[in-house]
Amino acid sequence: MSASDTSDAAATQDAAPPRPAWQVLLVRPETVTFLLLIAGLFAGNMLSPYFLDVSYILRSFTLYAEFAIVALVMTMVIIGGEIDLSPAAGMALAACVFAWVQQAGVPVPAAIGVGLLVGLAMGALNAFMVIAMQLPSIIVTIGTLTLFRGLAQIIAGDKSIRVPEWFIGIDKVMIANIPLPVVLFVVLALILGVVLGGTVFGRQVYQVGTNEVAARHAGIRSARIKLILFLASGIVAAIAGMMTASRFGSVRYDLGQGGELQMVLMAMLGGTYIFGGRGTILGTFLAAWLLVIVSTGMIVANVLPAVQLVVLGVLLIVSIIATNFIYSRTQR
Amino acid sequence: MNFLRLLLLRREAGIAVMIVLFCLVVGYFKPQFLTLGQLRIVLLLTPLIMIAAMGEMMVLVARHVDISVGSTLGLAAMVSGLLYRFGPEVPWWTGIPLSIAVGAALGFANGLLVHLFRLPSIIVTLGTLSLYRGLTFIISDARQIDRQWIPSELKGLSQTSPILGIPWIIFIAFGVAILTYVFLNHTRIGRQVYALGSNPVAAPLRGIKVAQVTLLVFTLSGALAGLAGILYASRWGFVNPSNTGYGFEFQVIAAVVIGGVSINGGVGTVLGTVLGVLLLGCVAAALPLLGIPGTSQTAIYGAVILVALLIDRTVRQQGVISLKRVRQ
Amino acid sequence: MAAPDTPDILVQTHGISKQFGGVEVLTDVDLALRRGEIHALLGENGAGKSTFAKILAGVHRPTRGSIEMNGQPVTIPNPVAAQALGITLIHQEPISFPDLSVAENLVLGRDQGAPFGRVRWAEMTREAERLMALLGVRIDVGRPMRGLSIADQQMVEIARALASDSRLIIMDEPTAPLTPKEVDTLFGIARRLRDEGRTFIFISHRLEEVRALCDRVTIFRDGRKVATDDIANLSEEQIIRLMIGRPLKEYLNKQSAAIGDVALKVVGLTLPGVFEDISFEVRKGEIVGLGGLVGAGRTEVARAIFGVAPAASGEVFVNGRPAAITAPPEAIARGLAFVPEDRATAGIFRTLSVEQNITAAVPKRIAPRGLIRPRLERALTSEAVRKLRIRLASPRQPIGELSGGNQQKAILARWLLTEPDVFILDEPTRGIDIGVKAEFYDMIGELAAAGRAILLISSEMPELLALCDRVLVMSEGRLTANIPRAEATQEAIMRAAVPQVREVAA
Repeated sequence: MSASDTSDAAATQDAAPPRPAWQVLLVRPETVTFLLLIAGLFAGNMLSPYFLDVSYILRSFTLYAEFAIVALVMTMVIIGGEIDLSPAAGMALAACVFAWVQQAGVPVPAAIGVGLLVGLAMGALNAFMVIAMQLPSIIVTIGTLTLFRGLAQIIAGDKSIRVPEWFIGIDKVMIANIPLPVVLFVVLALILGVVLGGTVFGRQVYQVGTNEVAARHAGIRSARIKLILFLASGIVAAIAGMMTASRFGSVRYDLGQGGELQMVLMAMLGGTYIFGGRGTILGTFLAAWLLVIVSTGMIVANVLPAVQLVVLGVLLIVSIIATNFIYSRTQR
Repeated sequence: MNFLRLLLLRREAGIAVMIVLFCLVVGYFKPQFLTLGQLRIVLLLTPLIMIAAMGEMMVLVARHVDISVGSTLGLAAMVSGLLYRFGPEVPWWTGIPLSIAVGAALGFANGLLVHLFRLPSIIVTLGTLSLYRGLTFIISDARQIDRQWIPSELKGLSQTSPILGIPWIIFIAFGVAILTYVFLNHTRIGRQVYALGSNPVAAPLRGIKVAQVTLLVFTLSGALAGLAGILYASRWGFVNPSNTGYGFEFQVIAAVVIGGVSINGGVGTVLGTVLGVLLLGCVAAALPLLGIPGTSQTAIYGAVILVALLIDRTVRQQGVISLKRVRQ
Repeated sequence: MAAPDTPDILVQTHGISKQFGGVEVLTDVDLALRRGEIHALLGENGAGKSTFAKILAGVHRPTRGSIEMNGQPVTIPNPVAAQALGITLIHQEPISFPDLSVAENLVLGRDQGAPFGRVRWAEMTREAERLMALLGVRIDVGRPMRGLSIADQQMVEIARALASDSRLIIMDEPTAPLTPKEVDTLFGIARRLRDEGRTFIFISHRLEEVRALCDRVTIFRDGRKVATDDIANLSEEQIIRLMIGRPLKEYLNKQSAAIGDVALKVVGLTLPGVFEDISFEVRKGEIVGLGGLVGAGRTEVARAIFGVAPAASGEVFVNGRPAAITAPPEAIARGLAFVPEDRATAGIFRTLSVEQNITAAVPKRIAPRGLIRPRLERALTSEAVRKLRIRLASPRQPIGELSGGNQQKAILARWLLTEPDVFILDEPTRGIDIGVKAEFYDMIGELAAAGRAILLISSEMPELLALCDRVLVMSEGRLTANIPRAEATQEAIMRAAVPQVREVAA
């Protein structure tokens, strides 16, 4: 770099011209997600004329709704600069405790309360290890994911526990012809979208994730913010676990197995930055639909479930690389 | 005498003491635990974990993590299984180099992604965990390689013994441990693994080729997982696309962190890892004797990981404090 | 200085210059280093002496200029190359691999053999022990580096320089963390190695140590070499004058603010090993400077007052009331504001908008009922942008796109919104263009005129002299002077800032 180069750069830096609006919009990862979604719909339509049937897509979505709901909260955790890989196992633990408790004679509403408490406890354990003990969340939640899954296995053994008849079938409950899980997902996305985009709390999640040291210097209580995020992650995992129990009609310890990949994938596909500070609920919202379209498309096209696993793995790696690339381009 | 060195020494001694205490306590309640036959059971539970743990240890020492070892094991085993299935005339041992090579290639791919794109290794290997598992299904057409296809000589490695009734695979596992020890402690690049994990910022300033070291540890981790894969076929006599290696990564990580390998890089010994593996083996062997269902194993692994993290943190804090004392 | 008997010269630099991000920090330095001398580099903070040393050691590459070694032109692209040429830089807190043994730290990076080549432990240990014996120090070379004292780590670094047969050993402020006895040992070894014909560069603030150890001295000021001479030819007064000799520019005549009650009072603030027994007051309308050398503990005191890293003992009073501050939110609630020294790590949110950066400390003002009201936020921001003349394209643009000066203005704007009574400014003008600096000085004056108490930490003496009503000086964790404006001179500040002589070897 020559001398004149650097001084020129410094001079223009004083008042860099704003990028054109279309460019700002185009380099947002959510835009890419949206375009992929459209492309996915077109491709699906070519595979099968029934594909664009809305009710078919909605029904397919119920298979992924629980993961998608957790992914919304995970997005916030990642934006806040941490990660939580344990909620899929947490879903199993909360669901097993719930099913076990109600089988032992506790009324279902109370059992649901117990399940939620389990969720709170799981979040608290993660928060304690990460915030108070200052251990990296990535490795802590590998430990807790093993622990939660193992505890679920202890509680349920190798058998499945049935839930009461009336509790079964959340995915068959329709609200204005839309399955309840999808409604819940959309409502939660709206709420979290507002929280993250429009409240002080959401603002501070971004600030803590961007630069925790600066956040603390500005009087932001970063520990409290992270605590809330981990607790929310635990609770939403518990809710998702019980929703899955309702959909299956019974609970096994391997409920939600492999879900951590799908959740991380939804967040990453939606343009959440793995190192924190960037990402939106809208991105994850779109990515969840994209993932459903891709998965359903693969089923319609008779692609083996195994190939789907490969596709998901490749998608995860490609989407992080792409997101990192987009952000490194816009970051001057 | 340096306080920290004592502590680090004590770390390995501590695990050894824990193993002894555990065995004594279990033996007190169930005397049959302290028999030679039981020792054989413990030893037979450990070789696969020990081999993969050697690779995982190197990855952790270099300040990374590899959670795809279970899927790597599965895919490597499946490739060899298919070789036996569709080429019954090949010599029985060809699966061994083949599985190692497949594992090495998969590990190399992990290392390449981590190094080239500067991605966190845990996310990369979470992706490849799924990817490699999916590939296993695809190449096997989701079918198991059954007992009759695995060469009996290969199965014999887990049953026949050169000496003292101890099967071959246990010798193989300890052989791998010894080779790892030699590599880490007596080759230049082995020491560079520690240097890189110890101070990644300074490493390139001292002429350490970061790319070389990173790729090597991931490749070795993959190769050892591959070796564990072919031995899985030997030990259990089948290769199943969904079960083989499933959840294996958590046992391996639990063994390694309980063996005193630090998640912050730079710290970890072969001896500690071997002891960590043996402790897990003792626990696994004791559970059925004590009437604890095998289903509680996973929870124990999880708890072990968390406790080991807390111990690691305490040791590190002591280190910081003693450094401060020196400075004053 | 270029003597005709060139064999005497080990390293000769020609016109070495260095720019960082368009700012020239080193200009046309010609310097000859003789074989077998200990050569001191002196200068104020930021005078360029460390940058020069790092260029020789391959840490930085010069923007212009050339280097000759033994009469041959050389390029030094990286530290490994420097090592190969026989140049070793020893950092104040040496870079090491804490988990490796002392002996390994000695040889690492020296042997570029085959990667799978054997490590010859016995040979390595013997060699390491030989080097330690050569230096006359007793360190168990088999133990890990972790837990070694700083002095011992420096010894290992010197041994490393010997192991690679370095001809030029650069020590950047080596004595600051050492005890007098350790300094003694270090100097003894340096003299012995000099007598063997090796050359040392010794960077230090302690004039007494420089006089005790060095043969010649080069003085830097504002990125230029101003003098090179035998140490015997220069008196202490002359050295200090050369270091600060720039013409004193009065940036502004401080507006005479009415000085009122005590706003910030600190009593006996102590954090063992960092700072001790710090007591002072700042009154409303008063600007109190806090001078001293880098590492004197000034920033740590500020961080303790603001609750970022609280002190172990001592009291803080704000507006006469005791304030037990354990975290920044409490400090803000009591009317304190803190502009930290390191803008990139503790100040800005680089990728977030200027708007979000400015309103970060006043969530209640932009969201009276929890929901952020964009119009309120925009109004607050645009007023701040106008008042502080922040130059930007849009308040929505990431703050990382602004120049350093405008980033700093945004941080100042953030704190103005909290309407504090006390401002703690830590090096507020570092890395800022001269033009913008003047604006900052005006603003600081205005803040005081508006009745705010200001504690200004600065390493730039003209800044302290021009702005402050009083100048406090810290040295090695203690307050060493409290100088009223009338008596404040650069000499007085420098004298209080330079650490007192501890017994230095004669």
